[in-house]
Amino acid sequence: MAIDCLVLGAGQEIGKSCVVVTINGKKIMFDCGMHMGCDDHNRYPDFSILSNSGDFDSTISCVIITHFHMDHVGALPYFTEVCGYNGPVYMSYPTKALSPLMLEDYRRIMVDRRGEEELFTSAHIASCMNKVIPLDLKQTIQVDEDLQIRAYYAGHVLGAVMVYAKVGDAAIVYTGDYNMTTDRHLGAAKIDRLQLDLLISESTYATTTRGSKYPREREFLQAVHKCVAGGGKALIPSFALGRAQELCMLLDDYWERMNIKVPIYFSSGLTIQANMYYKMLISWTSQNVKEKHVTHNPFDFKNVKDFDRSLIHAPGPCVLFATPGMLCAGFSLEVFKHWAPSPLNLVALPGYSVAGTVGHKLMSGKPTTVDLYNGTKVDVRCKIHQVAFSPHTDAKGIMDLTKFLSPKNIVLVHGEKPSMMSLKDKITSELDIPCFVPANGETVSVASTTFVKANASDMFLKICSNPNFRFSNSSTQLRVTDQRTADGVLVIEKSKKAKMVHQDEVSEVLHEKDHVVSLAYCCPVKVKGESDDVGLIKQLSEKISETVSCADEIHESETCLQVGSFKGSLCLKEECVHRRGISSSCSEVKFLCCNWSVADLELGWGIINAMKQNL
Amino acid sequence: MLNLSGFRILIDCPLDLLALTIFSPLPCDVGIEAYGQNDQNPIEKKQKLERQMTPDDLVSAEPWYKTIKTLHLWEASLIDIVLISNPMGLLGLPFLTQNPRFCAKIYMTEATAKIGQLMMEDLVSMHMEFRRLHGPEDSSFPWWTKNLDGEEVPSVLKNIVFGENGNDLGSWMRLYSLDDVKSCMKKVQDVKFSEEVCYNGTLIIKALSSGLDIGDCNWLINGPNGSLSYVSDSIFVSHHSKNFDFHGLKGTDVMIYSGFSCLQSAEITDSDCISTISENNDERLAASLLDNEESLGELEKLAFVCSCAAESADAGGSTLITITRVGIVLQLLELLSNSIESSSLKVPIFVISSVAEELLAYANTIPEWLCEQRQEKLISGEPSFDHLKFIKDKKIHLFPAVHSPNLITSWQEPCMVFAPHWSLRLGPSVQLLQRWRGDPKSLLVLEDGISSGLGLLPFRPIAMKILQCSFLSGIRLQKFPTLLSLLKPKILLVPDVVNQRINLSTVKTKSILSYSENKMLSVGRIAENADVEIMAELATKLSWKKLRQRENFGIARLKGDFVMENGKQRLVSGLDQEGSSGKTRSLRHWGTVAPETLLDALMKMSVIGSIEHRRGENGAEGKSIIYITNPSGGMIETSEMGTAIITDDETVASKIFQAIDGILDGI
Repeated sequence: MAIDCLVLGAGQEIGKSCVVVTINGKKIMFDCGMHMGCDDHNRYPDFSILSNSGDFDSTISCVIITHFHMDHVGALPYFTEVCGYNGPVYMSYPTKALSPLMLEDYRRIMVDRRGEEELFTSAHIASCMNKVIPLDLKQTIQVDEDLQIRAYYAGHVLGAVMVYAKVGDAAIVYTGDYNMTTDRHLGAAKIDRLQLDLLISESTYATTTRGSKYPREREFLQAVHKCVAGGGKALIPSFALGRAQELCMLLDDYWERMNIKVPIYFSSGLTIQANMYYKMLISWTSQNVKEKHVTHNPFDFKNVKDFDRSLIHAPGPCVLFATPGMLCAGFSLEVFKHWAPSPLNLVALPGYSVAGTVGHKLMSGKPTTVDLYNGTKVDVRCKIHQVAFSPHTDAKGIMDLTKFLSPKNIVLVHGEKPSMMSLKDKITSELDIPCFVPANGETVSVASTTFVKANASDMFLKICSNPNFRFSNSSTQLRVTDQRTADGVLVIEKSKKAKMVHQDEVSEVLHEKDHVVSLAYCCPVKVKGESDDVGLIKQLSEKISETVSCADEIHESETCLQVGSFKGSLCLKEECVHRRGISSSCSEVKFLCCNWSVADLELGWGIINAMKQNL
Repeated sequence: MLNLSGFRILIDCPLDLLALTIFSPLPCDVGIEAYGQNDQNPIEKKQKLERQMTPDDLVSAEPWYKTIKTLHLWEASLIDIVLISNPMGLLGLPFLTQNPRFCAKIYMTEATAKIGQLMMEDLVSMHMEFRRLHGPEDSSFPWWTKNLDGEEVPSVLKNIVFGENGNDLGSWMRLYSLDDVKSCMKKVQDVKFSEEVCYNGTLIIKALSSGLDIGDCNWLINGPNGSLSYVSDSIFVSHHSKNFDFHGLKGTDVMIYSGFSCLQSAEITDSDCISTISENNDERLAASLLDNEESLGELEKLAFVCSCAAESADAGGSTLITITRVGIVLQLLELLSNSIESSSLKVPIFVISSVAEELLAYANTIPEWLCEQRQEKLISGEPSFDHLKFIKDKKIHLFPAVHSPNLITSWQEPCMVFAPHWSLRLGPSVQLLQRWRGDPKSLLVLEDGISSGLGLLPFRPIAMKILQCSFLSGIRLQKFPTLLSLLKPKILLVPDVVNQRINLSTVKTKSILSYSENKMLSVGRIAENADVEIMAELATKLSWKKLRQRENFGIARLKGDFVMENGKQRLVSGLDQEGSSGKTRSLRHWGTVAPETLLDALMKMSVIGSIEHRRGENGAEGKSIIYITNPSGGMIETSEMGTAIITDDETVASKIFQAIDGILDGI
């Protein structure tokens, strides 16, 4: 059995995340995003690879969305409403609540401001969301008889999850975007130690390793403070949800502490409404926020007000959160056009900007002019601040998670090719786990775990669960190890389930009688000096423990000795049938009548030889 | 208490709150005087036995609390797992966790943990208030039981205190402290609905919504020896919490049913109803369980409570609502404030509880635990329960206690008050009842069951109206068979009291056992043999042997590491297989050796010998001996039982063994 991982989007790039994994014949689509930097048909994943006929219901078992960012959910209404997928769609409660806001916001920007043709309508969004089944963290959902999914906290944005999927014995985890450290309002990603055949991880910051984020938070606050203190306007382009709330929490708190009266605006009513959701979904935030929320809900921002279009040219300092992020279109771009020429102003860019957006141009160098999409140029004299803390995990986080889960294989997506390649080398060399970096449209196939099922007998189970302690003296310490190994016999009968039994039970299962094969020999031994029978046995056992290597425990009792299945006792008969060769009745020679089973064949001969030497 | 796969599991650890009613809410001087008088007057004493009980009979002391009867007899360290299915089942847990030897793992849903903790904190703070008002007692012995030994004590009281057999005394405990609650909650591992937690790699425990209240659950335990479900009171369709998730409980090996609420109602199961259901298929059954007749009935009840409250407010009377179930309180609060909003009444609503604020805030942050209609509200961006806006509009006032400083200023009558009931012995409901009991215009809304006992005794004579509501609190008896034919457990355990009430003979279940309090019931094994999973890589390495005598069989020796993971027994490869290391030798043989065949086989290996048959003496088995003459001396003894190779020549011995191995089947 194999697992096939087909990357439809976010292969060696960031944007339009979409991975289709086939586990034992079940196809699961993880994320269904759009590319923010593309305007053409490339903005959506190429669904035609999945099915030529367009019948997705029979091809795909379910779609799972990890979080509400456009590059993870953006293509969902298109896929369900335009492409006609009708199967189940799973997302966490917050994602279900917040995705429609994001989608609607984006649709409006695209249609109203950029005058583009509608790709999906508001009605599409609504009916798409009706198909969504909400997931709770760790809730184990049986999608169908074989497919089981479970969500784990990912920390990236409110409601972001990692998804565990299992079909039969094969299991994978798709991380979505995640963050391994707690931030201002979200906790760190949390996952159980699972046995995985494949881990599909994001790798936005595949080579960056970040230290503490507090200095960078301070940097951001100081940059904004300096700007407003100098009478400038600070523009923070961000998407409606996620970073806006985090940064706003930070600023609101700072404003309170520093007693700053400069207004903080949110560009549309939408983001204020979004805060309402945050208040309700408090159980998805960090422990710290959860504990405080009864007395003071941290999403009740004190200094935040609604922004009005007329305020763009109003005098005096202010801070503005405007959608969308990355300055790719819409209101934030419009404000940018007006504010960018003034050297007093500041543009703070939080997070990652996709190639092709104005945000990306500002970050990659110090341009003095920027081309807007419709051909107009804008002088950029304002300060640019890149917010250097991000809700994505850094390289160390990816390595930590990989080490923790120790999957059999790794696929990296959602990153830039050069850094992904270097991370791949690191994973292969340091962790010795096969790592793949497929491009869009490529498929990675890995083997999957399977278990053969059998019935186990009680005796077998009992013996298996008995501890098997080994004591060994190493220098000064006594070391005790439990070397428990299951040793049994697997019996299969045609058209019946296999049975796992202990070796003593085999003949019973086969309805046969045991036939014991043993070896016997009456071995002559020489008596040294004037020792009696007991003394002789003692001598022999010393001799055996000296010369025979695997004779661990020798039991002696009067005239007998026993090692494993080897039994020897002094033979008093004149004519023993087991006696061969030497038949002298010399007084110095006594006979030890021995028998041992086939299992201890070598041991038995070892002992016989040792005793013979003694002769 | 369950014993499963060697682990001891305790399910729920409640307090007997009804027993609290034996205590007087106000241990006043009058009470003590009354006792004195009684002693001096023997005639009155006699009369008293015949007469109805008076408030004076109640114990005036700092309340003690009654836990489960036999729990204190259990060694705490022997419990491995504690499962708590609702907040009420949590109240007694600190008594258990106080024990330093207690080391079990405690599982409960997140919402149960939160609500239960709030309830315990409330209980503790109410108790502290009682102590502040009436002075603490530091006796570590329930001295008040001495006074109850006398003849003049009514038997009702005695029954509660000592139990029917007089052995309940040990279950009385002093209340735990806030620290105990905290340390108890620290030991809790909270879970979500249908989260699978694995205990010790062996048992997989899963909580499934029971629909009774927010966060209440039934349990599903899967182990290597089968599956077990524990179903307590459940509600199919709920208007506040998630519906009863019975699909997840289908087809378990053992089902323990412990719903007792059906006993309260006098319903008689309809035999027609049972006969019709047997024909239906699963989906129809499920649909019949989910009809909303029940839930509509519940809504009507709530609406009725509302209208009664409004009526009495209209007449100028106040309403005191003392209900424990959080879901119902929230629903009622929502309904009441909405109905006041829409009417011309200007009646404030007070919620008086030390944890009111926290509880109400919490209720709006848990959409995951609520029913679908309320989840829809989340999607459309509204709070799950409406009380938030009324609190903002100062229509609902929250106070931690009756004596809160702000309460006096905003207090106005008539009003409606929500307060925790604690059997009407602790907290604000006591003071309010004292205040309003003489007012015929006022209304007291109670849950069923309290008034029947000693509950209202200290407040008599009582002039205020009393509304007893019995909300649906479990599976109805007539629905139970339907549920069973859907879940199809192999073995069903029902409490004996329930079994007497219901005829389950029509249900197609392998066996139905009834269990009773304090009695051990052992349930036989269900699965024939436990399953073991063998890793595919290990399985492919096996060297298979075909048997000579039986063609249908194939056998192989297998060595591996035996591990217990996620409730499954697995064999994973850790060691090289015998076969792959080239050392193949059978260690076990079966069948018989014909001496002639053996001799032929030996001849081929140039070992020469002769046969001698010996007949067994005295009924002993006959055996054959082969004397080996070449290449060296030796002999072989063979019989039905076994074969012995007797020689001192190692090479000859191994040749003989090879020959035998070729004749016999072995492994």
